[in-house]
Amino acid sequence: MADAVAVETVGLTKLFPGGDRPAVDKVDLATEQGEYLVLLGPSGCGKTTLLRMIAGLEQPTDGEVRIGGDVVNGLPPRARRIAMVFQSYALYPHKTVRQNIEFPLKAEKIPADKRRERAAWAADLLGIAGLLDRRPRQLSGGERQRVALARALVREPSVFLLDEPLSNLDAKLRAVARDDLKDFHKEVGTTTIYVTHDQVEAMGMGDRIVVMLDGQVRQVGPPQAVYERPADTFVATFLGSPPMNLVPRDDVIVGFRPEKALPADVLGERLDGHTRWSLDVNRIEYLSGDRHLHGLATGLGKPTPVIVRLPATVLTPIEAGTTYEFVVRETDLRYFDSETERAREDPS
Amino acid sequence: MTATSAPARARVTDREGLLARLMLLPAIVYILALVAIPFVVAIAYSFSDVTAGDPSFDWVGLENYRANLDDPVFTRSLWNTFFFTAATMVLTVVFANIVALLLTTDFRGKWFVRFLILLPWTTPAALGAIAWLFMLDSLLSPIDWILWQIGLLEEPRHVVWLGNSGWAKASVIGVQVWRLVPLAAVIIMAGQTSIPDDIKDAAAIDGAGFWRRLWEVTLPLTLPVIAIAVLFGSILTFTDMSLVSVLTNGGPVNQTQVLASWAYVRGIDGGNLAQGAAVAVFLLPLLLAATIAILRAVRRWEVG
Repeated sequence: MADAVAVETVGLTKLFPGGDRPAVDKVDLATEQGEYLVLLGPSGCGKTTLLRMIAGLEQPTDGEVRIGGDVVNGLPPRARRIAMVFQSYALYPHKTVRQNIEFPLKAEKIPADKRRERAAWAADLLGIAGLLDRRPRQLSGGERQRVALARALVREPSVFLLDEPLSNLDAKLRAVARDDLKDFHKEVGTTTIYVTHDQVEAMGMGDRIVVMLDGQVRQVGPPQAVYERPADTFVATFLGSPPMNLVPRDDVIVGFRPEKALPADVLGERLDGHTRWSLDVNRIEYLSGDRHLHGLATGLGKPTPVIVRLPATVLTPIEAGTTYEFVVRETDLRYFDSETERAREDPS
Repeated sequence: MTATSAPARARVTDREGLLARLMLLPAIVYILALVAIPFVVAIAYSFSDVTAGDPSFDWVGLENYRANLDDPVFTRSLWNTFFFTAATMVLTVVFANIVALLLTTDFRGKWFVRFLILLPWTTPAALGAIAWLFMLDSLLSPIDWILWQIGLLEEPRHVVWLGNSGWAKASVIGVQVWRLVPLAAVIIMAGQTSIPDDIKDAAAIDGAGFWRRLWEVTLPLTLPVIAIAVLFGSILTFTDMSLVSVLTNGGPVNQTQVLASWAYVRGIDGGNLAQGAAVAVFLLPLLLAATIAILRAVRRWEVG
């Protein structure tokens, strides 16, 4: 398709009956062709409702959904050329893997031999060709996910919608499945909208991340931009582990990432362009080689509890109960309006 | 009681083994007195010549069974019992599925419609049958009037619903379906609502229309509960005598007689207890099969 925009929402709003505020509130989004767009937010932020409106499973209260340039409001899911993978995978328990994968084709009234061919192709691509005659309950979580993907893939949709497809897998399998999903996307190149509440998945997989809260989009951008230049204090603290430190100072909030602070003596005399402050360390956590220092920061603004993450390469001895001089590069400081909590360029 | 009372002692409520037996006792007495003993007596009677007038027990072997098998009314009753049960269950499953589908969709006043649909179930069987007796009356039937009003009857004439063999059978089946649909619909509705929303959504995404969803997703996934509904419905229909007794009293000329009603006519009305018992014993094989099916299903639930 020559059209650069695969999915677009214009002022999309959903107010559930009895709800006091919209679940999705005037959302404007546009995906680029072939893009991997991740909707990220805490549970209840409206990301799944937004996805379901794009799929056609929910009707919007207001606004438009466009797919491939056409307004699809009011069209049933089957007319939208989309495919969806559910959190539970939603495989048909009474059908074999083959029948599951062929089901969308059967609904399109594609002849049986052609269906078999396409199902075999999809199964091959996902490495489940040996499982075609099994039933879903005989499969592991990872295999079920692949079947769900194959069922989505087989119709060659113009958009993939994935609703937390990794949340039912255990931690180890999740890491593998994440890589597989990314490879799969690279291979088929189909525009994908991926919903998750897990920032690691979002940072690792998304071409762009859409951060949502209370039905509204707080920020859209590539993972690095969203991480480094959060649009407001919510994004600043939702992304990153530990989250961005926020220190109130007059009418501004000063923010810095835990890994951006260093003990002053590491830099020796080269302190130009750095802000100095002191950290009263009261607890040290040792996590995968890094040291997480919990303490009270003074000298940046109001004394505030912060967390500093010292990489394994910094060897400065630190002990709990002692105060140390710390620095943050001035270009690494972020400023937020204390009234609106939105990012602003400079402190004044 | 205070905290410093007599030394700790197990109370009756602590002794689960004893408690279980005590609590089961009334049910066991009830089943023995009202089911097991009459059942054994009925089987014994069926091999005897006991009548209401002469209760002395004399062994006659298979005489009663032979007499029954030679009796055209008995063979008709046997055939009717199976036919009514089968026809009733087929129609019940069809209508109960339709009702269940209607009740699971959202519309205004749903609770009122649900209430209306459940009414036949809450009505005592005999009362319901008496109401239908009026509905199907040969002179006063409102059904005739409605059929005439919508043009299905040419003139205000009367269908002899219960006086004609074919219509009488259809009426018995129809009223039995009317009685069973609510229960079956509620059971099937429970089955339909237990299908995960994700599966229904997936079917919509996969492009399945209403019929494909029904045949390939909803029905296969509700099949186990439909089977349960059929099982219970079959037992209710197979052993029921009140409907036939009230509605047609077996008529016209024993055309709608079933095993249960014929056993009553023979054994109680006619006073030939032995022969009535022999009729009733013919209910046993199907009930036995149904019981085994239920027990197996229950065990599968416990294991599953």
